[in-house]
Amino acid sequence: MDIDWGALGTVFVVALAAAVVLTVLFAYGIRGLSARETAREQGGSGVAQFTGSIVCFGVCAAVVAYGIYLIAA
Amino acid sequence: MDFSLIVLVVIVAALAFDFTNGFHDTANAMATSIATGALKPRIAVAISAVLNLVGAFLSIEVAKTISGGIVDDTKVTPVVIFAGLVGAIIWNLVTWLVGLPSSSSHALFGGLIGATWIASGADAVHFGKVVEKVLIPAVASPIVAGIVSLVGTFLTYRITEKAKEGMVGKGFKTGQVLSASLVSLAHGTNDAQKTMGVITLTLIAGGTLAPGSNPPLWVIGACGLAIAAGTYLGGWRIIQTMGKKLTEIQTPQGFAAETSSAAVILASSHLGFALSTTHVTSGGIIGSGLGRKLAEVRWGVAGKMVIAWVLTLPAAAIVGAIAAAVSTRGSWGTILIGALGVLVALGIWLASRRNPVSAHTVNDEPDAAKATPVAA
Repeated sequence: MDIDWGALGTVFVVALAAAVVLTVLFAYGIRGLSARETAREQGGSGVAQFTGSIVCFGVCAAVVAYGIYLIAA
Repeated sequence: MDFSLIVLVVIVAALAFDFTNGFHDTANAMATSIATGALKPRIAVAISAVLNLVGAFLSIEVAKTISGGIVDDTKVTPVVIFAGLVGAIIWNLVTWLVGLPSSSSHALFGGLIGATWIASGADAVHFGKVVEKVLIPAVASPIVAGIVSLVGTFLTYRITEKAKEGMVGKGFKTGQVLSASLVSLAHGTNDAQKTMGVITLTLIAGGTLAPGSNPPLWVIGACGLAIAAGTYLGGWRIIQTMGKKLTEIQTPQGFAAETSSAAVILASSHLGFALSTTHVTSGGIIGSGLGRKLAEVRWGVAGKMVIAWVLTLPAAAIVGAIAAAVSTRGSWGTILIGALGVLVALGIWLASRRNPVSAHTVNDEPDAAKATPVAA
């Protein structure tokens, strides 16, 4: 019996990296949206915050798409 | 393509198992979204059903593990596989009746192992492979998912600490719809594969396919449809256990738990690990309970789930073994077991009507949840 610890380790590392990247980016995206609201309430435009959020969400979507591509290909 | 009656019977039984797999596991993807109100119950199961179907077509790595692995495919006959499936279906229905999210995969493996053992002797079961492909992932996967989810939840709460509460609630609700969809897709890449593997194994045993073949397209399609139909039916009992009884879930936690589970399942599917999606998502939910400061995990409920996990494989193996002992005696035995299986399924369904849980009542606070919660 040979247990493939390497593959198991790969699952752990890949899953941890993917999940952390996704949750962190998404959380920053939401923080950006919230900061944009605050900026607008104080008379600012909030464009910078909004752009930051969109970038975060965009990278999120790209990571997911790449993951699915890896599996389907 | 022509095959004998028994092969046809096995295919029907396999699709029936796939169907129970679907409603048994709807909870894995959708329980947290339904619990937090991110998705309406009916819409949640519909989305999950469609994505399970899509997922079934994405990858066949896991199907290959099943059809070429844990039992000796030169010694397995369609009758033995039939007996194994009966064991798996009955255990799945019993655990559904009591609302326990046990692993459909372990029920399947247990049933097959028990049936093969009785019919062809212990050496027809590759115990080394069982440890490697089933037991190790069973222990490792919920822990891995739990740790990933704990880290994800912790970071999420840290980052959004100063953000506006309304925005956080709304934002993560949307996030949850996406992450739950990803889990459904991942579920299709792992669980629909298991039935495909079994049908492929049967076709090989019956001589229709050459040993080592990949599942044919019609098998992939049929399995995808069966699991999608089961998913759409909605296993409301188990959804209630996972969404309401295990821990109170807020949207950021649900998002982190689902993202973590999807990542673990997809990574495993890609490497051909037939892990239990049930174990992964339960681990994810517990991890998210621990990752949020002061969130409570009801360890009593978690403990009951773990006991069910440990029992699943041997219990399904025993039912599978009994079914094999009778059905290998001749056609009458197979017919008897088939008829008994249908009767038991009917009985369990009737029993469930006495205390139904539906799309409308799934979010009601169940009695068990009022038991003293233990602080995590």
